[in-house]
Amino acid sequence: MMTMISQLFILSSKGDHLIYKDFRGEAGNDVINVFYEKVTALPGDQPPVVMSHRDLHFVHVRQGGLYWVATTTSAGSSPFTIIDFLNRLAALVTDYCGSLSEKSVQMNFALIYELLDEVVDYGYIQTTSSDVLKNFIQTEAVSSRPFSLFDLSNVGLFGAETQQSKVAPSSAATRPIQSSRDQGVFVDVIERLSVIIGSNGAVMKADVEGEIKVKCYMLNCSEMRIGLNEEFSIGRSTLRGYGAAVHVDECRFHQAVKLDEFDDHRILKLCPSQGEQTVMQYQLSDNLPSPPPFRLFPTIERDNRGRLLIYMKLRCDLPPKSAAINVSVSVPVPKGCVSLSQELSSPEQRCELKPQSRSLVWTVPRCSGGTQLSAVFKLDVPGLSSASMLEVGPVGLTFELPKLTSTGLQIRFLRLTPVQPGPSQRWVRYVTHSDSYIIRV
Amino acid sequence: MPYLGSEETVKELRRALSNPNVQSDQLRYRNIVLKVIRAMSQGVDVSSLFSEMVKACATVDIVQKKLVYVFLCSYATVNPELSLLVINTLRKDCQDPNPMVRSLALRNMTNLRLPSLVEYVEQPLMTGLRDRAACVRRVAVLGWAKLYNLQTRSEIDASVVNELYNLLRDPDPVVMVNCLRALEEILKEEGGVAINKPITHHLLNRLKECDIWGQCEVLRILQRHRPQSEDELFDILSLLDVSLVSPHPPVMAATLSLFLGLSSGLPAVSKAAIERVRGPLLAICGSASREMRFAAICHIQLLLCSIPGLMGAHYKRFFCGYAEPSYIKQRKMKVLVELVNDENVAMVLDELKGYCTDVNTDTAQAAITAIGRIGRSYSDKCLEILTGLLGLKQEHIISAVMQTMCDLVWVCPQCSETVCVAVEGCEEMLLDSQGRQALLWLLGMYGEFVSSAPYTLETFIDGVRSEASLGVKMELLTATMRIFLCRPAETQDMLGRLLHYCIEEETNMCVHDQALLYYRLLHCGIEETRKVLQGRRSDPSLGVLIGRPAEPISQWASSFNTLGPLKQNNVEMESTSRKTPELVTFEPKSNTDLRDTLTCEPEENFHSGSDRTTEKTDSCTPVLPSSPGLPLTLSLSPALSPEEFEHMWLEQQPPQSEQGDGMSKEEDYLCLEECLRCPNIFDCSPKSLQAAMQLVNIQMLAFTPPNTLPWRVYLYTHTQQSNSVADTPHSSSVRDVQHTLILGELQYSGKGNKKHAIKGSISDGEVVTKDWDDEREEEEEKVVAYGLRTDRTQDEVKVTLKQHPKDEQVLKGFISILRTLLHTLSSEGV
Repeated sequence: MMTMISQLFILSSKGDHLIYKDFRGEAGNDVINVFYEKVTALPGDQPPVVMSHRDLHFVHVRQGGLYWVATTTSAGSSPFTIIDFLNRLAALVTDYCGSLSEKSVQMNFALIYELLDEVVDYGYIQTTSSDVLKNFIQTEAVSSRPFSLFDLSNVGLFGAETQQSKVAPSSAATRPIQSSRDQGVFVDVIERLSVIIGSNGAVMKADVEGEIKVKCYMLNCSEMRIGLNEEFSIGRSTLRGYGAAVHVDECRFHQAVKLDEFDDHRILKLCPSQGEQTVMQYQLSDNLPSPPPFRLFPTIERDNRGRLLIYMKLRCDLPPKSAAINVSVSVPVPKGCVSLSQELSSPEQRCELKPQSRSLVWTVPRCSGGTQLSAVFKLDVPGLSSASMLEVGPVGLTFELPKLTSTGLQIRFLRLTPVQPGPSQRWVRYVTHSDSYIIRV
Repeated sequence: MPYLGSEETVKELRRALSNPNVQSDQLRYRNIVLKVIRAMSQGVDVSSLFSEMVKACATVDIVQKKLVYVFLCSYATVNPELSLLVINTLRKDCQDPNPMVRSLALRNMTNLRLPSLVEYVEQPLMTGLRDRAACVRRVAVLGWAKLYNLQTRSEIDASVVNELYNLLRDPDPVVMVNCLRALEEILKEEGGVAINKPITHHLLNRLKECDIWGQCEVLRILQRHRPQSEDELFDILSLLDVSLVSPHPPVMAATLSLFLGLSSGLPAVSKAAIERVRGPLLAICGSASREMRFAAICHIQLLLCSIPGLMGAHYKRFFCGYAEPSYIKQRKMKVLVELVNDENVAMVLDELKGYCTDVNTDTAQAAITAIGRIGRSYSDKCLEILTGLLGLKQEHIISAVMQTMCDLVWVCPQCSETVCVAVEGCEEMLLDSQGRQALLWLLGMYGEFVSSAPYTLETFIDGVRSEASLGVKMELLTATMRIFLCRPAETQDMLGRLLHYCIEEETNMCVHDQALLYYRLLHCGIEETRKVLQGRRSDPSLGVLIGRPAEPISQWASSFNTLGPLKQNNVEMESTSRKTPELVTFEPKSNTDLRDTLTCEPEENFHSGSDRTTEKTDSCTPVLPSSPGLPLTLSLSPALSPEEFEHMWLEQQPPQSEQGDGMSKEEDYLCLEECLRCPNIFDCSPKSLQAAMQLVNIQMLAFTPPNTLPWRVYLYTHTQQSNSVADTPHSSSVRDVQHTLILGELQYSGKGNKKHAIKGSISDGEVVTKDWDDEREEEEEKVVAYGLRTDRTQDEVKVTLKQHPKDEQVLKGFISILRTLLHTLSSEGV
């Protein structure tokens, strides 16, 4: 069986119908409600990816807080294709609308219908390439961002250049690709870190999944050359250079990337199409060049008034000039925990008890390298027993490390041909996210 | 969801649409149309605006045209008459110089889904196929598929089909792929588009031009191609090798699926292909999209069915992420269970232990079940964790632990001691019926070892009136009966009360009848009751020493890259081990017909065989009288745990193993080595071997996975022989029935084995290796005489048997049974 999509719809997280398109007329639009009922009937907001209703199969992904649902009547359809397509569609919508949210989808529904019309015909995927689509899409995107004075902050008096203009405005990469007024290329190196640290402090697992994404607003860019670190090596055997080599286990490239200069000079060549695309994906297991960014030293006690005391010392092992932002430490607490009092080391830190996820969440907006934070949490747990102490399970951390890659991968240069006139509009950004950072206690 | 005031909205929109001032202002007109579509997608019924919208269709503004078409296609089926009005505009647009307008018109013309319009659509579609612009041809091709499905059971013009086949050579790859799609639908009844060798090669050559979606479709359709020669097959496979490691998951999956389909007759090729996708699959497991991760994990589960070692080194990749949704966590745990080995078991268990306190109760229970599964091979470590979990005193955890322990005890009876200790004092914390059923089953089975068992049952019996669950009541009845059998004094009174309640007051027929059955059973006497109720306590055949045999790839290849593996409860790794224990008693299968057929046959062989043996081995054994109709019965009870087996096997190791004598006789046991010729037996699946052995009541305890050398199988059985032949010389004590226990090992180790066997026979001058197949031996001699290397050892399986107490005759009988069995199996295998 070929993969065919019978219907496609986008729902908000509350179940509002945002987009609905029937490609084959095989089922009525009441299936939207069927789908949403199935979703809400399940606890935990984590419905399985594939669900069935009579002969109809629902496949959905969640992107931007929305449900992107495809239905199909053939169980022989490829799940990889459908899921990849829905993700790609979400990426296209993001490219065209600038950002992905309930609001932006609502405001740009005409554009999305137009997109869908070109992307899928009779349930068969026709194309998802933004190069092809730009010839067909006529509707202009409506930006959902309200006017903000901050946008003007990097324009100096009488248009003079300010210090800020050397930094890309935060909104620069979240505009629709059609707005051809200002051009630019963004190269993002994004790494996702997943780490497990044992209760004895030993690193049990440390994986990095990384990707280089290119977001291009240029109309007339024929070739782009991205230079990586020269000492970049792939696999175990090919160590290059001396000293701190940047090493990954595996590396995959977008099919449009030309690799003729990669082996010698570590240069990726490509002709970027408009919009966002993942140029390179790489992966590293267990051999991180730097120590994991956070260590936690917890002590759990019971005080004489029957309260549970948790002392936490969080040490940030980043280089001194770097910092982690939006750090959030989530500690599972015993069932039946009623109240929490805390002592935190600075006023901008917060701590909250979340009964539905049975955990306390300690948030630190910014934590610079080399510092150590400590906190004391006192929990009232009625009927606290020694067994309850066991329920204080593995601690999960989420954070973001801006301007930092854990593999050490860097973009040496970014060249465009033909050479762009006017001010340089090339931005390189690095960020490491915590995919899953678990510290056992 | 229509909201209040929707009528008002529609009225207002109609007024605006028919306002000439609006109509003359393009931007305003478009905005009103936009409002209509917005209302439509919010669920307002705007179908009454149909005629106004038809008018709005005749415009030069393409954006507005597109919007109107969205509207028309949604409501055309409600307004078939009015739709006729649109067709003129659409047909006119089909002549437009702008290809975008042409394709738009053509697409929407076919999307109206009105059978009455078919006659107007055919002609523009035909022209569309020959349009200069590729985008029009793409639409036209699929248009024919739409048209075909619209007309029920109508014959489509053969010339169209031909045209579509011709368009497979269209320069535009999307047109080509669309042709495949359209033909597939149009020729559904004939089995889809015909794929012959030229088309296959044409498609393969153009694969690179297609985008990933097109590639997937082409790869899918190529599955239907059957290469005529192995050369062609390998040509195709080597062409596709790049796609196999594609960074795009859909392409990778489609290629592997094609590989598995094409090389279904060549398991080695399939296996190599699977090994090749390991890297890409693992990469998808770390993908940013969790849905994609999930799809990959589900498919890895499939692959592991056939190649259990595929992901062994990468088990850490299946540790659950902190914020991963529960559906991924639960699948990952299932994979982890499959990947456990001696080295990583501590790590994996440590990890799983952390999941047991997950907020999501399903995830927690899945983790506990996973620990139980690992417990089948590493029972001590797992039991320690499980009993530790009971200390958490949480209902859902205790319930899951109880159920897990039940399963564990059923498979590994040696765990029962720990479990019996753990069970005490859990009953108050068990709230759900499943957990209580598990507890009751355990109490019933192991009541004699749990001191508080009758008192626990009493609380259950006192509360039976308010018990809602049928399962619990049934289990309670059986458990009470079972405990009554071993501890009558403590239980008699409460059993009476329970039976009285169930027979007199219970409204549920199942419970009532079951109670009545037990009541009558008790009348038949305690021995009868015992026979019915006390069946097997465990089924070691499910134990882990018997590794789950690798499934052939063909078993799941067809469901690879379909939605099937992603569905819940679809990939059930193993059926639950403990099935309705209260109703089924496990009688040893003693007299099945098949057993008779299997043992009757060897009886004759045995005579001739034993005669020959007597001649050959008379130096070391007393003459065996051939005993016709020797009533030899095999049975499986009492069951032997793997540990016991291992212990006895090692204990009965002959002290001088280099004795050279195949039959070493010690005090009270007999050790015998045999070589049986049974070609292909080691290719035969362990499952069928086990099934066959069970038919004749031989229990396999362990075996190596197929295709590994040395190939080994361990087995045991109990023999019972009614010793009616009075003059058996070697039976020391004359009893009516003689019991012996036979432990056995089948070994096939390739060529080394043969040399050893020959050496043995030469050096001792005695026949150690009794070859039962004379012809074969002669043949071999001939072969040797011609100076050729013989392959005979390939077929020989070395059998080592240990019997306790010794009884040669019985052992010989057993060998002949075994031989017939292996012969039957291996001939089936060929």
